Amino acid sequence: MSHADISHDPSSRWRSATAWVFVAPFLVIFFVFTAIPALIALIYSFTDIGVADIRHPLSVNFTFFATFARVLTNAGFLKSLVTTGIFVVIGVPLTMAIGLALALALNSGIKRLRATYRAAFYLPVITNIVAAAVIWQYAFTLRGPVNTFLASLGLQGPNWLGNPDMAITTVILLTTWRNVGTCMVLFLAGLQGIPGDVYEAAAIDGASARRRFLHITLPLLKPATLLVTVLMTVSYMNIFDEPYLLTKGGPLGATRSVALWVYEQFGHGNIAAAMAGSYVMLIIVAVLGLLQLRMLRSAS
Amino acid sequence: MTSEGNVRGAALLYAALTLVAALMLLPFAWVFFGAFKSQAEILAAPGAWLPRSFTDFSNFIELFAHRQFGTYLGNSLVVSGLTVICNVFFCSLAGYALAKIAFRGSRFVFGCIIAAMMVPYIALFVPSFFIIVQMGLLNTLIGIFLPIAVMPIGVFIMRQFALSVPNELLEAARLDGAGEFRIFFSIFLPLVGPAIATVAIITFLNSWNYFLWPLIVAQNQDTFTLPVGLAVASQGAKSTEYGLLLSGAIVVLLPVLILFVFLQRYFVRGIAATGLK
Repeated sequence: MSHADISHDPSSRWRSATAWVFVAPFLVIFFVFTAIPALIALIYSFTDIGVADIRHPLSVNFTFFATFARVLTNAGFLKSLVTTGIFVVIGVPLTMAIGLALALALNSGIKRLRATYRAAFYLPVITNIVAAAVIWQYAFTLRGPVNTFLASLGLQGPNWLGNPDMAITTVILLTTWRNVGTCMVLFLAGLQGIPGDVYEAAAIDGASARRRFLHITLPLLKPATLLVTVLMTVSYMNIFDEPYLLTKGGPLGATRSVALWVYEQFGHGNIAAAMAGSYVMLIIVAVLGLLQLRMLRSAS
Repeated sequence: MTSEGNVRGAALLYAALTLVAALMLLPFAWVFFGAFKSQAEILAAPGAWLPRSFTDFSNFIELFAHRQFGTYLGNSLVVSGLTVICNVFFCSLAGYALAKIAFRGSRFVFGCIIAAMMVPYIALFVPSFFIIVQMGLLNTLIGIFLPIAVMPIGVFIMRQFALSVPNELLEAARLDGAGEFRIFFSIFLPLVGPAIATVAIITFLNSWNYFLWPLIVAQNQDTFTLPVGLAVASQGAKSTEYGLLLSGAIVVLLPVLILFVFLQRYFVRGIAATGLK
């Protein structure tokens, strides 16, 4: 139906009004809790707002770029950026590689137990993060089940949560465990979209399994791979729950992500710094996301 | 490849899959065994794998009798119940309008959905907290559930499903003079049962596992949800009472695990259909 019809036919105009009523609840929630907060965060990032001003939001002073300058030169913030970078650079490829391997294994023609394996790999995705963190804290304490098991092999288990490098490893282990299932499901959907006769033709031509994987599977899987990359990058960029619950950002700030830094500033009443910090994060996520989406579009 | 090689390859594949599945499921074994252990069994070194008794529910009784887990469970049920009801209703309405009514501005609304799905809520929790304070909803269950009352992912799923509903059915009803509300309730809703189930599951999961927002909006134990109550307990002075904490973890996990066992295909469909958690 063209726009001319919509504006001239009275029943269509009525229908149009009804449509706006139908989408109104979504729009109200979207504006109140996404669009307006994004605007508020932008405006207040240029002020000196503190915790006392929350109930009197109009009595703040505009300080222009002072807050951004303070945040971007803050050693704690910069360190949290680097830490988040470590989570992204190690976590994203690790999670994706395991997810892809599991998807390939499940798609290799096995019939028995396929649904059971898929359910097992997917279960951690729906596991509550607080419950998971409690399990991890118990399992990875100095004398917990993990080190008890290592001791039974004659190995001296490390201080998983108390040593800065090990703490990053333990947080990444937890995050990977929770995200592998999502990658697997999305890769599996991508693999199932590849027609089987492509492989048959290649097999007849005598292409080895390795060549078939490199020259057929990987190129045809490119859209799925980029989608998973975008999702995982955004998810690791915003990492908060895992380090907050497992290590509170410690030891010695080794696992303090940007989101956790923002949360702490908020807790200390440095509202302007918290908003500016989350805006920096939002911009980085948006730029990375848009870059990857553009790649996604040109690939598909 | 010989058939013998095939058999050996399949055996290796099954062995590898079983090993990975066992590793992935190991944390569930830890929590189920640990939840029935007393503090003395937890602290014993070297600890045993299995608890002395699987019928000793004293950890669970302690949680509900003395640690307010009954209140937390009630709050979680209220928040999740409201979230699922609101989402099922409002997401269906919006999805129907976007897919089945031609109206000026529908592209704009769809853009808002995509924007809302892209923006991580973790980046906006500080200004959203402001708004909740201004609305006087701090420390209320309404304040906890309102931001997720109409999730963009739910609208998106309903819209995708609605596109596959044949137009002829709706047009015939329109020619008979039926209004959009009537068409929505009597023709559209009965046709999209699986989509409603998917939206209900995804929004239940989101609200049940919701953590950062309730953590800052709930200011005392009367409004804590289960994850907040468990997190606060795990970071408090009693943070090494692992038997209690692990049984708390079971209380949080069990409803989702039960749903997953029975409704697995809806969980997976939600993820595969949209590529989002």
